[in-house]
Order: sequence, then structure tokens, then C-alpha cells
Amino acid sequence: MSKHHISATVNGDPVEFLTSSGATLLDVLRDQLNLTGTKEGCGSGDCGACSVILDGRLVCSCLVLAPEAEGRRIETVEGLSDGVRLHPLQEQFLKHAALQCGFCTPGFLVAAKALLDANPDPSETEVRYWLAGNLCRCTGYDKIVRAVMDTAAELRQARIPA
Amino acid sequence: MSETLKRPGARQTLNVVGTRPIRPDGADKVTGRAAFGADLSMSGQLVGRILRSPHPHARILSIDTSKAAALPGVKAVITGADFPDLGAEVLAGGEAVTNLADMAANVMARDKVLYDGHAVAAVAAISAEIAEEALRRIEVAYETLPHVIEVLEAMRPDAPVLHATLFTQGLEARPEQPSNISNRTRFMRGDFEAAYAAADVRMEGRYTTRAVHQGYIEPHACVAAWGSDGQCEVWGSSQGQFMVRTYCARVLGVPISNVHVTPAEIGGGFGGKTTVYLEPVALALSRASGHPVKMVMSRDEVFRATGPTSGGVIDVKLGASNDGKIVAARVEMMFQAGAFPGSPVAAAAMTCLACYEVDNFEIVGWDVVTNTPKVAAYRAPGAPLGAFGVESAVDELALTLGLDPLTLREINAVKDGSKAPYGPTYQNIAYVDTLAAIRDSEHYKAPLGPNQGRGVAAGFWFNHGGESSGAVHVADDGGIVVVSSNPDIGGSRAAMAMMAAETLGVPLERVRPVVGDTDSIGFAMVTGGSRTTFATGLAVVRAAEQVIEQLRQRAAMLWEVDADKVAWRAGEAVCTDPEKADLKPLSLATLAERASRTGGPISAQVSLNAQGASPGFGVHLCDLEVDPETGVARVIRYTAAQDVGRAIHPSYVEGQLQGGAVQGIGWALNEEYIFDAGGRMENAGFLDYRMPVASDLPMIDTILVETTPNPLHPFGVKGVGEVPIVPPLAAVANALRRAIGVRVPDLPLSPPRILAALEAKQA
Repeated sequence: MSKHHISATVNGDPVEFLTSSGATLLDVLRDQLNLTGTKEGCGSGDCGACSVILDGRLVCSCLVLAPEAEGRRIETVEGLSDGVRLHPLQEQFLKHAALQCGFCTPGFLVAAKALLDANPDPSETEVRYWLAGNLCRCTGYDKIVRAVMDTAAELRQARIPA
Repeated sequence: MSETLKRPGARQTLNVVGTRPIRPDGADKVTGRAAFGADLSMSGQLVGRILRSPHPHARILSIDTSKAAALPGVKAVITGADFPDLGAEVLAGGEAVTNLADMAANVMARDKVLYDGHAVAAVAAISAEIAEEALRRIEVAYETLPHVIEVLEAMRPDAPVLHATLFTQGLEARPEQPSNISNRTRFMRGDFEAAYAAADVRMEGRYTTRAVHQGYIEPHACVAAWGSDGQCEVWGSSQGQFMVRTYCARVLGVPISNVHVTPAEIGGGFGGKTTVYLEPVALALSRASGHPVKMVMSRDEVFRATGPTSGGVIDVKLGASNDGKIVAARVEMMFQAGAFPGSPVAAAAMTCLACYEVDNFEIVGWDVVTNTPKVAAYRAPGAPLGAFGVESAVDELALTLGLDPLTLREINAVKDGSKAPYGPTYQNIAYVDTLAAIRDSEHYKAPLGPNQGRGVAAGFWFNHGGESSGAVHVADDGGIVVVSSNPDIGGSRAAMAMMAAETLGVPLERVRPVVGDTDSIGFAMVTGGSRTTFATGLAVVRAAEQVIEQLRQRAAMLWEVDADKVAWRAGEAVCTDPEKADLKPLSLATLAERASRTGGPISAQVSLNAQGASPGFGVHLCDLEVDPETGVARVIRYTAAQDVGRAIHPSYVEGQLQGGAVQGIGWALNEEYIFDAGGRMENAGFLDYRMPVASDLPMIDTILVETTPNPLHPFGVKGVGEVPIVPPLAAVANALRRAIGVRVPDLPLSPPRILAALEAKQA
């Protein structure tokens, strides 16, 4: 079984890896690139714990074959913060206590970032429907939705020129 | 919206407790750095996989593993024969007592498989692909047997019997024949029959629920290594590293101290991770292969082979006077235990009438084995089922009597001095205040629209104390490390750090809380039973007090005064000797810096068996809107009020109320295990097992009732995590009843059921 040689960009950095045809992007991120922040909750695209942004589009990395990553740009939870300062979404999730166990949190953060990249002023209903592909069993979603709404407001405020 | 009700005139004298700081492990959890069960790898590790039964009930005639073992890359193949034979022995330590032999037979089947998904063999190989190919090459010969899924069918005399050695306990006489009924629980007060016959109003109903899963998003996962010296290492996610240690050692027949367990971060548990599934198998595969073995369940395996909670049948009879006093109650419950005895029916029996003062009652619970996965604890195990039956019946009684449902509950409410149905006399409970909080809420007064209904329900849970350990270490610069004995499943590191900071009088930023592994902190029972902030928190506070005692002695030594002339105030040692009034206070940092000259490191560990846990009460209010065309019911407004004692970190307490309410809403509206005629689970995935998502829900409002702190905890803590899943099943069902005018007594309240009820009403 020959392997594919794949070149892609992950969180801004060039990466190369060898992968079999059947491996998923999630497998490669976790097992080869040591990016274990992206989680596997179901392996069937139903829980959103493995959410990543692929060329600007929100996807479940468990449903993307690793060879499909060739030449693509991938953003994971590890790329949200610059390593010094947290992303406003990360700060708002902490401020709102929008996580309990924290397992679904990376997927929610990535999904929320994709939302705010596309829609800087979402209504509560839009936030709820956008995040409907991400399961959280701990919080009942209340504090997550509030954290995303407040981040959106904060980012809109930051865009207003002084 | 969140609010807190405090006792009138109560003064806030705390600096840290009751505030809302960022959780200490927060940065790790929003950056992806936190390591959960599947996130660690060991050098040279193999991939472990389990072969599972496709039959709900069958005898294993033979297992031929030779073709699998011969596959290149396969390093070990094991079956039940690779585990020691264990006698029946009851182990404590989890949320429920566990029978050792049953647990071992659940981990790996021996002579029979008892449910679709039951483990029959396991392999370790150098890759997942090879491990999965090896599973396909294992040949198992089964003699299939008739199976039984439904609890009432399993109780019939002609039902297929799962265990030839199971004779019903709790009857007046031991039965002559084995059956699927493992136990009958029964207790009573007064004379139910006479009081029921004499009551002004009588009503009765049968309510049913289906098996539902805890639904944690993180599948079970671990990596384990059996050393050539017999020393075992386990890394994995669970609700208790000490539980994993004990269970692995006992299932494998090795000394407990040979097993070292490091708790990973845990991605949800809700009771479902208070037992072991993979860990003993990973260790056995490691022993057989000489390599560490990593095992991660698929979601299909989580559904088919790990603990759901029981489906149940709950029969309720209530008798009341015309003015609303409940004079007689009878509750009989039949619960699926799954493949081995041990449903939570006893807890359901103890809790189902715990909100009510009733002079005459009889409660009977039946524990029944079925060809379904062995149930595991699920958040207030059993209580939601009992409450669903009783709170639905109370709602019917309110309708019959023409009484407001809160008024009916107020008339019959337990209060301090009331005798709980399960024995003790309540003290320091705030159930009446919690009812009042809902009555006074804006939500209760808000108008409803067409096709909408409003439901009320109450709920009770004991809350546990039990064995816990905590350590407080002072670093050279005065920094504090707090070691907790319990996995942090929902923010308990924050609570531990806050209680330590409050006790020591230091800023929270100076306290770093960690969760200890089994060799670095004293024993503890699992994170469960709503016990961690209470019991482990108590150990941490006591350890902090011992550190203060040491700090006072060190200051006394430096000042050359008696220790009783040193007080600890606001994080400093203060000399109270009037003759030495000129001495400046000694800070924690100064005392820590000089520790090596005053006796060495400053540190304390406390292990205790915490008594004095206080029960909790919740009252939930649910507005539901029904689409009469489709039968879809949607929660449009929800408020949860709860007697919480005192919230250490209110945001995380609110989170418990919100999360529990939503799990209960899912249980009420959508979730159920569905089996085909062959006894196989049909919906073993998140697409078909439909848990609530963000777009299904409104905000969940909370009211923290802090009028009655627990006097047996330094900061007044009562357990909070389990109560919130007790009321919602009936709160939703009662809202539906009031929205459509007829009762749907069977969960889940799915669109086809609601449509059928609407059609029956019109017919």
C-alpha cells in the first residue's frame, strides 16, 4: 500500500506528511502532526469536536481524507492564539465559564471563529444554528452562545476607528 | 439570566468564595493543550481493539484466535480465558456498589454474551488497520439464545433467563426458580391502602421511560503498560483514578499498589466513567504483548457497550384530600439493569417522594436484568425516573383539584424537621425557598401564547460526602500548590483553589491547583455523587488550616513568642502579644523563604471521610410550544431554581443547573435506545441518538437559592451537580400536558407520540 506525500499549510506553517488513502485529516493532525487539540468524539461528522477550517470553510476533519489536504490551508484550535495572547473567543469562553469538561471546546472555538469570520454581527438564532453541528453535553449551550455573542460585539467594537 | 437569592440580612464576609474568576485550567482547555484520555502516547505503544458480540444473548461455544494471531503485526490476542476467575464479591468505591465477578465478565465475556456489543476478545497490533483485520479473523462459534430487552417482558415467568444463578433477593421467601428479577426494594410508612381508600381524590397512572446514554462527548480512552517487573501504568480519563486502580488490580488479580494510575483530563462522564471497560483489557494486552497498548472506543462502542441508564416503568397512585393534602402514595418501579444486576431502582425508591410529607406510603422497586448493556451511574442515578412518575402524577392531581401546581407542592412540601421517606430527618433544607423562588420569578408570571404550555416539577438528590484527600504545599516564594484527589470534570480545580485562597487569605493567583495521580495523593472515592466540592473541598480546607497552624508556629519561632500569641490574618502572621506591639506582620512569602531555618518545608495533607453532606432540592419551570401539524415540541423558556447552600464559583454552579436541565430536556423529548427485533441497537451514533443541540434550545435561566448554607461545611457547600437532572423530565411532560390538554405518559415525547395523542384527543 503506497502512501501519498502531502504538502499543506497548518496554522500558517508549511507541513509535509505521508499518508495512506484511507486516513482522515483528523488522524494526521492528531497522530502525525501532534496537534491533539482537535478531538474525535464520533468519527462520523455528528459532534463537531474535530472542527477545523479548511481554506476558510468549516469542516469536520474526521470527514476529510488526509490526501485531500494537498495544497490546502488548515486552521486548528492551536492556531487561534498567537502563543502569547488568547484570541478574543478564547478569552470570552473563559470569562463566561462556557466550558465545563472542555472536550468539545476546541471544536466550538473553531466553529465560532468560522462564524465570526463570515458574519461579524450574528443574531442569537444565527449563533445557535451555526453551532448546531457541535455537541456539548455539559453546559446546555447557554454560556457558549453568550460568549460568542459577546466576542462578536467586542470584535465589532475593535473595528470602529478611534 | 441568572440570579442568586441570599438570606435576608446575610453579610458577605468572603473575599474569594462567591466570585467568578477565570478557572485555573482555563488556558489549557481553550488552546487545545489539555490532555484528555486519547491524547497521550507511550513509546512503542500498540493499538488495541475489541471484538464485540453481534448477538444480544448467546453461549460462546469456542473462540479460535489462531488466524488473528498469525497475522503479521499482531502482537497479542486475548479472550476471557486470559483473565482470572473471580468469585462474587461486592466492591465499594464507585457511585454504586459493584459486583467484582459481574464487572470482570462485563469487561470480557466468559461463557455467555449478554448483549449486542459485549466484549468477547481483544487484539493488540502495530496499527489500527492490522488490529481491525485481526478482529475479522477471530472465529467465534455462538449458540444463540432467546433474548429479552423490555423490563416487563423480562419479569415474566416464561422470559429467557440471563443468569441461571440469579434468585430474587428481598422477597419474603427465596424463590425456587432463577429469574431475571435480581432484587425487590420495599419500604413504607403508615397504612397506604386504608388512607388511599379514604382519600377524597384518588388518581393513578403508569409512566414509562427508555434507556438513555450519558452522552459524554469524549469516548472512553486509555493507554496502559504492564512492566516486566509487574508494575502497571495506566493513563486515562475516568471519574476516579483510585477506582481505576482498584478495579484493574482486582480484575487482573494483582496487588493494588502495583497499579499506578494518572488521571487524564476527562471529557464528560455524568456517572458513566465510574467503572472500567478498557483499562483492564489494555493492561492484559500489554502483559501479553510486552508493549504499552492504547485503546480508544468508537462512538458505536460507547453506545453499545457502556452504561446507559435504565429504562423504567413507574406506577403511581396518589390519594389526597380536597384541600390538596396528599394523604397516600404508592410508587412501584421496574427498572432495566442491563446484563448484570444493579439498576438504580433503590435510589429511585428513596428519592421519588423525598419532596413530600406523606404519612402513608408504600414504595416498591424491582431490579431486572435484560439483554442490554449493563447500566452505569447517570447523574442522580434513578432519581429522574422516579421523579418523572411522581411529578407527573402530582401535576395530574393539581389539575384534578384545580390547584396551582406550585401551591399543591407548597401544601405538601418537606421542611426542616420533616422525616424523609428514606429515614433521616431533614435539617437545613431550602425546598420551600426554592419553590418560592420559582413562584416569585418573572417567568412564572409571564403570559403564554397559543399551543404553549407551562410545566412545573421538583426534584431531590441526597448528595454524598465520603472519602477524599487534599494537600496544600507552600513553595519557597510563598506560592501555594493544592493537590486534589479528584478528577476535575467541570471546574472543581477552580473551587479547590478558591477555597484554599479564602482559607489562607492569599490572592487566588498565588494558588495553583492540580489533580494528583494515585501515588501522589491519598485515596479518594470517584468524582461523583455531587461530592467533590463538598468532600474534597473539605480536605483541602482542612489541609490549608494545618498549613496556617504551621505558619503560626514558624512565626512564633522567629519572634520567640508562644504560638498562641500569633494570629493568621489576611495572609499574614500577626503578633497579638501586647508587649511586642512593634513587631511587623510576617507575610506568607517571608515565612516560606525562611522555612528551611524554621523546621523545613511547610506542607499538609488531609485524608478524611466527610460527613454532613446536605441534600439538594430543585424546582424547574418549562414553557413548551407544540406544532400541531408536525408534533414537534420545543422548549421556549426554561428556569431552574436550586437549593445550593453556597456557590463557591457561581458561574460553574449555574453551568451545572443549565447542563443538567438540558440533559433532562433531551431525555424528555428525543433520546432513547432503539433495538431491532434481533436485539441489536439501531441508533448507536449521534445522528440517530439525538441529543439536544444549540438550535433546539433557549437560554436556561437559573436561580441559585443560597438562603440556607450547609453548616457542616466551612463555606456552606451543598452538592449541586445531580439535582438539576431530576426535575426536567416531568417539567417538560407537564408543560406538554398543559399545552395540548392530554397526558403523554411515555418518554421520549417524540413528534409521532405527540401527534398520536393529538389525534386520539380529537377522535
